[in-house]
Formats: sequence, structure tokens, C-alpha cells
Amino acid sequence: MEQLLLAFGSMALGVGACVLYFWGSNRLLDLALPPRSRNAADNIRRANMIRPWLFLGPAVIILSAYLVYPVFNSIYLSFHGRSGDVYVGLDNYRWLFADAGFRESIFNNLLWLVVVPSASTFFGLIAAALTDRISWGNIAKSLIFMPMAISFVGASVIWKFIYDVRAADVEQIGLLNAIVVFFGGEPQAWIALPFWNNFFLMIILIWIQTGFAMVILSAALRGIPEETVEAAVLDGANPFQIFMKIKVPQIWGTIAVVWTTITILVLKVFDIVLAMTNGQWGTQVLANFMFDWMFRGLDFGRSATIALVIMALVVPIMIWNIREAQKDG
Amino acid sequence: MDGIAGRKPALIWAVHLSVALLVILWTLPTFGLLVSSFRDKDQLSVSGWWTSLTSTERNVMVRVPAPNDDGAQVLEGSVYVIAGNVFDEGGAGDISAFGISSREPGAYEAGEVVTTKDGERISVQESGDYRIESDVEMTGKRGQRLFFTVLEPPLFTLDNYRTVLWSEGIGKSFLNTMTVTIPATVIPILIAAFAGYALAWMRFPGRTFLVAMVVGLIVVPLQMSLIPLLRLYTDIGIGKSYIGIWLAHTGFGLPLAIYLLRNYIKSLPKEIIESAKVDGASDFEIFVKIVLPLSFPALASFAIFQFLWTWNDLLVATVFLGNNEEQLVMTGRLRELLGSRGGNWEILTASAFVSIAVPLGVFFALQRYLVRGLLAGSVK
Repeated sequence: MEQLLLAFGSMALGVGACVLYFWGSNRLLDLALPPRSRNAADNIRRANMIRPWLFLGPAVIILSAYLVYPVFNSIYLSFHGRSGDVYVGLDNYRWLFADAGFRESIFNNLLWLVVVPSASTFFGLIAAALTDRISWGNIAKSLIFMPMAISFVGASVIWKFIYDVRAADVEQIGLLNAIVVFFGGEPQAWIALPFWNNFFLMIILIWIQTGFAMVILSAALRGIPEETVEAAVLDGANPFQIFMKIKVPQIWGTIAVVWTTITILVLKVFDIVLAMTNGQWGTQVLANFMFDWMFRGLDFGRSATIALVIMALVVPIMIWNIREAQKDG
Repeated sequence: MDGIAGRKPALIWAVHLSVALLVILWTLPTFGLLVSSFRDKDQLSVSGWWTSLTSTERNVMVRVPAPNDDGAQVLEGSVYVIAGNVFDEGGAGDISAFGISSREPGAYEAGEVVTTKDGERISVQESGDYRIESDVEMTGKRGQRLFFTVLEPPLFTLDNYRTVLWSEGIGKSFLNTMTVTIPATVIPILIAAFAGYALAWMRFPGRTFLVAMVVGLIVVPLQMSLIPLLRLYTDIGIGKSYIGIWLAHTGFGLPLAIYLLRNYIKSLPKEIIESAKVDGASDFEIFVKIVLPLSFPALASFAIFQFLWTWNDLLVATVFLGNNEEQLVMTGRLRELLGSRGGNWEILTASAFVSIAVPLGVFFALQRYLVRGLLAGSVK
């Protein structure tokens, strides 16, 4: 309870400090360069040069400290030893490319990058197209969207329960094995099944992300001009043709946005692997590999190097995003 | 649209069925967790949650009182008898079969009489009443073991929740999570709103660059920042503390917040802001009196995002908070339980549900804002 008081206190303090800063600094500026005085025009011009930076100040400082500085510091650390003091040249990079764990992570990450964005977008598109046509579509949408609110760890518990395995001679309490046994199969330890276990972990993320894809794509589908669809109907196209040939081509842009957003998420995903297998049984991915070297290997040089690899994979998307944003102005 | 979807009833039915299938696939996992968290822990561990409304068959062993115990053995006429009910120690249900050795736990039907090699006659009735008869006085310090298969009626209970909240530390972790989440949601909003206004409506050199930088920073992986910040925190003495994690969440949430709010504020009608300027209002006044109240929907969207993100976060909390009672958040605790209590589904399901209940509540109550934020936030 004291802790919550502390939280509310700090929140009030933090917000108070922000308000005080913004109000105070603007007031000071007005006092220093009064807008109603002999050289008012001059003062207003100068105040207008300074004021944006008062507005932006805290944001710029925090962004620099928490996101910009770490990029450069990580580059620096990647050339240094485990505690970050001794210069080791390219040793970390050499180690990285020779390491079996790294190759496994890269391979698995590529697998994730191929499967998860495409599957989520695919299911999202189907869900969006279908739910738009029925009366209870909104309820269906909100239920498919729901996993979005669940944490990766929570989702891992949910799915670990589904993948649960018992000995073959007792009743299965995991849904998947119960179904397999019902149809006469042998129960499997799904998350320890080499290679395929990766897909069982991916299902969790697909389950979470389909709702996101659906919401965005459904908005895009609704934005399609009616005339194009009506024209196709008059030409005798069936609903499937209308969807594939008229609607989907018109929302390619949005599909790409959804795809890249999920791609970035996939590169960062770590909770699911950590909670389900902790990288055992050949399920390691980059983000968890990095976490491993930071927390258990306690090697800052190596984990910074792995972080840079993740960063390097994100950079193309980053540049593309910046270009697109600049087009919009 | 409606007219196109299908004049053909078969097609409409196919659509209904497919959507129903999707909905079932997407809700069933969570539903299973919810049902399981309310089940009796002994039933949960032997039968699937989809059977929770039917009786559960369970194999149980009890040891009846030893012949040497006082009063255990009674002489009825010429036979010595030990009698009682297998549910004397608790439990209920119908017994279908029983046995007297662990190799054959269900060898005999209820009501049957079994003669052991010592000449004892043992029977167990469906109701659980058992009776051991012998012509000679029985001896022994240990009582006879009885194995039986019992059909238990469905049992639902709140015990699992009681256990996780008070003795597994989930209650404390719930408070810790609140402590992290509330300031980490509120603090970035104000900072981002001011920055968003400056980037949308003020003219100054470097604005385009800053906007591009914000867009670029949205996708920077968190992993990048962890080690440098951890070192920085140690150097300046913040260490593992709440203030450290509030600032970290603020930093990581800020790019998206600025981007969302800047886009929203930029879309406000130009005339309002310009006429206020003509009336002599300063930028500060315009922001506080006009822009801030009008931006409420965007502020709400971001607040929900940031709330869900900080509540559900595991990585930042693991790195910037300690692994102790005072600082372990729910996601961290859940991960620990997965490791240490991997087979205790009654604990895992209840804990998981406690941790996802709040975000689910927020989600269903404020879905409208969340959708709006998503639509504005996915970089086009």
C-alpha cells in the first residue's frame, strides 16, 4: 500500500514538475522578452525562436538519453570486452559469426520473420473480410482482437496449458494432446519437438497479432470506393473474385504497413521464447539470445553486439518508414 | 455492401460458420484458462477442462485405521470388524471399483467381497462404506490400504485464487505492477503533448529533422538500450528502482506518443489556432486552452497503449527492477512460477488470469480508443 502511495506521489510530483517546467519556462521567457514593450517586434521574433525548444526540451533530452545515446554506446561496447572497459577489436563479431547459438537464433528468427507476419496478415485479412459481412461482426471482431490485451507471458501460460503433455496411459489435460489422442494418435511433448516446436511458439504470436491485422485491414477494406465493387458486380464477378482482384489490390499499401509492423515486433519478441522454452530444444531467437548473454553470460560486449544485429535488421524498415512519413509532410 | 455479400444463402452460411470457427479458435485458449482456474486442483490435474461439467474419475488411495489402534477393531458376534467410510477424511462421490494392491487398483467392482490370503474379507460399497471382516483378531501397526476409483461431481472453487493472491505472492506483485504502470503511463503524455504541438504548429529550423528522428526512433529495438542504460543507471546511482523504470518506460514510449499526438494536433483546424494567435494568445495559452482539450481522444488512445504495454512488459521490468518481493512485477512472477511450479496448473491458471484481468477489462471498456490509436499509429 505504501508503495501505491509512493506511485501516486511520484506521479503527482512528476506531473507537477512537468507543469511547473512548462509554465515556468514560458513565463520566464515572456518576462525576459516582454511582447508588449518598445521593441516588441524584436522580442516576439526572438521569443518565437526560443519557445519551440522550451516545448521540445524534455522530450529531446529523454529521447537522446534513452534511445539515441544507447545506439552509439552499444556500438562502442561491441568493440569491448565483457565488462565494457577493454578494447578487443572485432573479437565479439568474430565470436558471434562462429557461434552455433547465434546461427540457430538467426535461422529461427528468419523462420519467425517469414511465418508470423504472413500468417497474422493472412488470418487478419480473412477475419476482416468475413466479419464485415455479418450482423454480429463487431462482437466477433472484438473477441478475435482480445488476445492483443494479453501479455506475452500470460499468453505463454495459456498456450503451455494447451500443449501440456501427460504419459500415454493417463487422460490428457492439454487440449492439443487430448484431440490427438481422441483421433488415435500418440501424445507429444510439442514444445520439445525439434524444429516443429518453433511453429508451436509462433502460433502464440500469430494468435496475438491477428487481431491487430484485422482491425487495420478492416478499416482499409471499408475505405474502398463503392463504385469499384459495384462495377465488378455488374460485370458478373463472384464474391471471391471481387475480393481477390478488386479489393485486395486496393489495400496493398495497408497490407504492407501491417506486415512491417508485425515484422518489427517479431524481431523484438523474447518473452514467449523465454517463458515457453528459454531457448532450449532449438528454439533460440536473437532477442532471447541477447538476454541470455546479458543476464546469465554477464557479457556486455557480446550482448551489445547481438543487439546491434537486431538493430541492423530493423534499419531498412526504419528508413522506409521515415521516407513514407516525409511524403505525407 | 450487404447486397453484394451474397444473394446465395449457402454462401452466407459459410461466412457465418467460418467466423464462428475463427472466434472459437481465438477465444477457446483463454476460456480454457478461465475455467481451469476455478476448478478443484485435484480434478484439474487429472481431467481436461472441457470435461469440467461432468463427473471426474479419479484414482485414490486411503489407509484405514490400523488393527492395533484403539477402538479400530470391533467384535461383532464371532467376527472382528474394521468399518468406516473412505470419505471420512474428506471428499465425496460414487465409487465404481476398488482394489487392495497398487498393482490392481480397480480390480473389483463396488459391493464385491474380496478375500485376502490372510482370510480377511474386504468390501467397499458405492457410497464409500468399507468393511473388513476376519474370523480371528487382526493385528498390525499399519492399516490396510484401499485403492478405489471414484466418480467425483464437478467441483468449482475460489481456493486457487486465494492461494495465489495471498501465498504465492501474486497479490504483492499486483501492487508492484500498479506502481510501475500508473506513473509510467501518465508522465510521458504531458511531455509528448508539448513536443507534439511544437512539431505540428511552431516554425523553427530543424523541425523536419526532428519529425524524421521521432518516426525513426519508433522502431528502435529496446534491446539496444538495455545495457547502456543499465550501466548509466549504475554509474549515476539510480540502480534498480522504480524511478529508473518509470523513466525508462517514458523514454521507450515517447516516440510513438509524440508521433500520434503530433499527427492528431496537426489535423486540428488551422483557423482555430490562427484566430487565437490574432487575438494575441501566446503559444503556451493556445496549447493549454485550445489544443489540449481538443486532443483528448488522441491522449486517451496513447494512454491505453502505454498502459497495456507497461502492464504487460516483462523485459524492461526484468532489467531495471530487482528480483525481490518489493519489486517483482506480475509478468516476472508468472515467468518464475512457470519455472518453479510448471506442473501446478491450479496456480498457473489463476495467476495468469489475475495478471490478464486488468488489461482485458481496460481493453473491453476502451476498445474504441485503442482501435483509433492503432489506426493512427501504424506508420503509413
